[in-house]
Amino acid sequence: MTNRPLDDEQAIEDALRRGAPPEPGDSSAATADTRASSERAAVAARRLADRVAAEGLADVSYTPADSPFGTLLVACTRRGLVRLAFPEEDVDTILEGLARRLSPRIVEASAQLDPVRRELDEYFSGRRHGFELRLDWALIGGFGRQVLRVTSEIPYGGVLSYAEVAADAGSPRGSRAAGNALGSNPIPIVIPCHRVLRSGGALGGYGGGPERKRWLLELEGAIAAEP
Amino acid sequence: MSRGLPPFQRFLDTHRDAVWRFLVSSVGREEAEDCFQETFIAALRAYPRLRAESNLRAWVITIAHRKALDAHRGRARRAAAIAEIAAADTRAAPSAPTRDDELWQAVHELPARQRSAVLLRYVADLPHCDIATAIGCSEQAARRSLHEGLVKLRKVVPA
Repeated sequence: MTNRPLDDEQAIEDALRRGAPPEPGDSSAATADTRASSERAAVAARRLADRVAAEGLADVSYTPADSPFGTLLVACTRRGLVRLAFPEEDVDTILEGLARRLSPRIVEASAQLDPVRRELDEYFSGRRHGFELRLDWALIGGFGRQVLRVTSEIPYGGVLSYAEVAADAGSPRGSRAAGNALGSNPIPIVIPCHRVLRSGGALGGYGGGPERKRWLLELEGAIAAEP
Repeated sequence: MSRGLPPFQRFLDTHRDAVWRFLVSSVGREEAEDCFQETFIAALRAYPRLRAESNLRAWVITIAHRKALDAHRGRARRAAAIAEIAAADTRAAPSAPTRDDELWQAVHELPARQRSAVLLRYVADLPHCDIATAIGCSEQAARRSLHEGLVKLRKVVPA
C-alpha cells in the first residue's frame, strides 16, 4: 500500500475513490478501515435523528420497547401515541405503512418515547392500571373509531362482549364489524381490545394471539390464572 | 399499490455512509459533522415534497455538495487567520505526508468547479448527468471540469 506510485490515471482515480484520509498522515488506517468511517457516519446519523426528534422536525418518531412479549415497536406523532406493534410484525412494513398513511418524515428517536416505555413497563409489572398517554387516532377511522372509543373506556380488570361494544358504538347488530375493528386496533394494550370477549365468556380472537390476550386478562385479574 | 418514499430513517440509513465519505473528502473530518447535520436537516425539510421515483442518492449528494461549498466559502473567509496555524500543525505532525495526503492537498487546491466534479465523480460515484445537476452546469461542462481537474492532479502528484 505505501509507496505505490500515483503515476497513472488509474492510480489517481483509485485513490480518489477511497476518499480522503480523516487526518493527514492517516491514510493507511483510513483506507484499510472503511468500517471506522461507517461507524462515524452511524454516530452522526443517530445524533441527527435525536436532534430532529428533539426539535420537533419529525412527523413520526418510533423506538423499540421491551415487554414480556418481546420487543414491541411504538410510534408517536406530535399528537400522541399512534401505533404499537407486536414483535412478529415486520418493522419495515410498519414504517412503510406509517410513511404512506401519515408522513415519510419518520425517525427513530429514543428520548421522546421514554414516557411511553415507562408507562408500558409499569403496566406490565402490574403497577399501573390506566395509561395517561395522549393518543393520536389518525389511523383509526369510521366505525372502528366508535368501537375503539368505547373499548378505551373499559376499566382495568373489566370486560365487555363484542355485542355490548357494538351496541355502545351505536350498531347493536354490528358484532362482526366490531370484531374486525378490534382486530385491526393500531394501538393494542393501550387501547385495551383484549378486554372484549365473546358473549359466552370465551376469549375470542386477538391480533397479538390468544395466549397474549389470556396473559393480559390474567395480569389484570379479569380472569383466573390457569392452574 | 405504488411504493411511496421510504421512511426518512431508512433513507438516512441507506445514504449516511456515502454522504459522510463525500463530506470528509470535501471539507475534512472536523467540518464534516456540521455539514452532515445540515445536509440531512435540509433533506428532511424538503423530503415529503419529493417524488417517490426520485434518485434519492443523487438528490442527497447534491444537498451535501451545496453544504460543502458553503463550508468552503466560510473557510476561505477565515483562511487568512488560520493559515499559519494549519501550516504549523502540518509540520508538527509526526509522520511525513503520504502520497494520498499530497493528492488530497492537490484536490483541495483545485478551482471550485473542478474540485466539485472530481469529488462528485470519484468519491460520490455520481454519473456525469447528476454531476451537472449538482454543479448547475451542462453535462458537457461537467465532463470538461472533471477532465481538467484530473489533468491538474496528474501534474501535481509526483510519480
